[in-house]
Amino acid sequence: MPSRLAQLAAPFAAVAFTLLVTSLLVAWARAPVGQAYALLLEGGFGSRFAWGETLTRATPLILTGLSAAVAFKARLFNIGAEGQLYLGALAAVAVGGLHGGSGLALSPWLVFPLMMLAAAAAGALLLLVPALMKSRLGVDEVVTTLLLNFIVLLFVSLMLDGPMKDPTAMGWPQSVALQDALQLGKLAERSRIHSGLLWALSLSVALWALLRFTTTGFEIRAVGANARAAAFAGMPVGWVTVKVALLSGALAGLAGAIEVAGRTGYVTLDMSPGYGYSGIVIAMLAALNPLGVVAAAVFVAGILVGADSMSRAVTVPTYIADVIVSVSLLAMLVAAMLSNYRVTATTSGVHGSRRPPPEGRAARGPGST
Amino acid sequence: MSAMVATARPAPDIAAANPVLRMAGVTKRFGTLVANDAISLDLGRGEVLALLGENGAGKSTLVSILFGHYVADEGEIEAFGIPLPPGDPAAALAAGIGMVHQHFTLADNLSVLDNVMLGTEPLWLPFSRRAASRRRLVETGQRFGLGVNPDAHIASLSVGERQRVEILKALVRGAKILILDEPTAVLTPQESESLFATLGQLVAEGLSVIFISHKLDEVLRVSSRIAVLRGGRQVATLPAAEADKAMLAELMVGRAVPPAQRHPRLPGAVACSLRNATLRGIGASALLDGVNLELRSGEVVAVAGVAGNGQDTLADLLCGLHAPDSGSLEVLGARLPASPQAWVRAGVARIPEDRHAVGVVGDLPVWENAILERYAGASFARLGVIRRSVSQAHARHLVERFDVRGTESAGLETPTRALSGGNMQKLILGRALMGDPSDRSGPVLIVANQPTWGLDIGAVAYVHQQLLDACAAGSAVLLISEDLDEVFALADRIAVMHHGCLTEARPASAWTLAEIGLAMTGPVAHESPAHVAA
Repeated sequence: MPSRLAQLAAPFAAVAFTLLVTSLLVAWARAPVGQAYALLLEGGFGSRFAWGETLTRATPLILTGLSAAVAFKARLFNIGAEGQLYLGALAAVAVGGLHGGSGLALSPWLVFPLMMLAAAAAGALLLLVPALMKSRLGVDEVVTTLLLNFIVLLFVSLMLDGPMKDPTAMGWPQSVALQDALQLGKLAERSRIHSGLLWALSLSVALWALLRFTTTGFEIRAVGANARAAAFAGMPVGWVTVKVALLSGALAGLAGAIEVAGRTGYVTLDMSPGYGYSGIVIAMLAALNPLGVVAAAVFVAGILVGADSMSRAVTVPTYIADVIVSVSLLAMLVAAMLSNYRVTATTSGVHGSRRPPPEGRAARGPGST
Repeated sequence: MSAMVATARPAPDIAAANPVLRMAGVTKRFGTLVANDAISLDLGRGEVLALLGENGAGKSTLVSILFGHYVADEGEIEAFGIPLPPGDPAAALAAGIGMVHQHFTLADNLSVLDNVMLGTEPLWLPFSRRAASRRRLVETGQRFGLGVNPDAHIASLSVGERQRVEILKALVRGAKILILDEPTAVLTPQESESLFATLGQLVAEGLSVIFISHKLDEVLRVSSRIAVLRGGRQVATLPAAEADKAMLAELMVGRAVPPAQRHPRLPGAVACSLRNATLRGIGASALLDGVNLELRSGEVVAVAGVAGNGQDTLADLLCGLHAPDSGSLEVLGARLPASPQAWVRAGVARIPEDRHAVGVVGDLPVWENAILERYAGASFARLGVIRRSVSQAHARHLVERFDVRGTESAGLETPTRALSGGNMQKLILGRALMGDPSDRSGPVLIVANQPTWGLDIGAVAYVHQQLLDACAAGSAVLLISEDLDEVFALADRIAVMHHGCLTEARPASAWTLAEIGLAMTGPVAHESPAHVAA
């Protein structure tokens, strides 16, 4: 058992290590390291405005992070959150922006839930196909979900230039807009932070409770950790994979809908700077824990926002944010692994601390059938 | 088991006078675990030294050090008076040390000669010297009585023949010291006898053998001296003539091991019946071919056989993982769907063969594994939410009743993979036998596939006793085992499996060891008075 202390200290050690490594790059760019980091920190977390920007950016990241976390927990490697996010956004606008933005001829109280449901269903159905292909035919879902992203992006592009194009957008490829009543309210004055954050937070608590307390959560964790044992015990492994796919896809679809309803009000082809892919990083940083996803998403969002702000003051490109996030993921994975072991110094070098070999199983005869 | 071949037993003092192999104070640590603690052994010319110990006693580590796969932290090794450089398998080979691994290292698609030559020739030679190699192989085979056709493909050989090729491989390379790692684990009784005869011939020719095993009978049979390892320490080294089974068992385990107690009982009603059950796989031959078997309450029926003859398929069928393609399979007179849940609910207690990969989810805590088969039932869940306190109370009860150790520090939240093999098996056994807390009746049927595989003697005795107790309480028990000692210790009736066919289940007293051995290698007429090992 890793000690509690080591487990808690691991993320902090990883972040410290990351800042150390990336400071070399900052120094290489001939910027003062101390000042650059101070600016980055201030830009991400140093003011009310900074927090507003960071939390706005964190909202879709929490949702895509949850999407990846639940899928990975069941060993369904959903790399397609980006596509599911776009399709969710498109579905939301399709429901909420019909007839040139006036929506269905219904009360917004009815259209809003319909819109969210449509987004969740779109994301879920998009992941259902790869999940069924995995559980029925053994097709690798990493390949199928990844490639679906490109198909969906082209489909969105088709829609934005065609049937769903906003006629008032002066030729820009963007969709019709949601009517105002369907957009999410702002949480604070003079900030872009919107009530989608509350959705994301509640969903992360809900997902945490689902995984921890329910039979479905038990199935997801057991199938992910050892599918053969789960099947032997009588868990419906194929059905669990389908349930997880629906859940994961729905969360990514909601990320798209909430991003549309909370910020722009319409879909563009650049509405997500890779939120779907960042969700994977965030889920891994959080060790697939839904509550940890919130912290990891805020961290990543803060770095992204802070790096923007830093690059305006010193000569470091904003790409430093991507490097910091990537290195922190690697450092986090290494730290998590090391916290499972007790590192000791030995004198005998390479042969010192390997695990003993398991004494062999009694040899099985070659199958004679 | 009566001796068929008298084994050469030189007087022990030869070993001390002129050892071919000397290990002095060999110590190996892995982190805090001491795998070998100052082991000192001498091996004499023409002697069989048995290395006896349970799983994890340090036998494999010691041999790996000898063969150069590991470097010892302390101690030294001399072969024929010359120090052996540590961590150098090539030097060990050159010094005349040959190893026959438990898992054969043969290329199935090549001939015997190819396999023996593999790796012995320099790669820069334009032609391989097949004729010379063939001559050597045939000569060596004749000298040691190991006749094998040099042109036969490995794939066409039986397990016993493959082992002979492995031994020949070592001998052709000039081995003077032969290490055999659990050589009888895969053999039928007849094949084991023939191996023991070969060993006799080897030592008569002046070779020395280290024989690694945890089976007491055969160690007493073949060796001249016995070194017992326990927990990495060398607890005793004694001449085989001065040892007996009970004493060795006690040395090996560290305490006396009482044999399982059985109370004879008349078999009751039929709990499960298979009639002409057939299951076809992807290949040409059926996985199960017209199997007939009747399991009655209060009776242990054992299925013996060499691994891979369809036992796993039979177990899968009786665990609710597959349905037969044709024929019938009934539990208490009713057909059940091929769904593990249905079988669990019908009162079938299932103990899978591979406890790590199939029995438990290692990453999940002990208490969740304790309810793994019944998590969705009314006893452990309500409205889709796991009843945590009820489940944990059940797990606590299981841990106490089945004496599962290893949860002392972290409690029921201990990840199951942290348990030792024996304790993991107790958890699986407890989960299967305790059943649902709302149902007080014991299991209708217990399907135990290799339930003691890889366990230490203490845990083996515990598992056996639990199975017998459950049987006495009215369960029907199906025991699938490759260990004939276990089969004879527990079974009321025995059936043998070969190529997907199952013999009639006859009373244990109606079988001789030799007959079982024959049945394991092919179909036999039931009347044949096969007193081969008289």
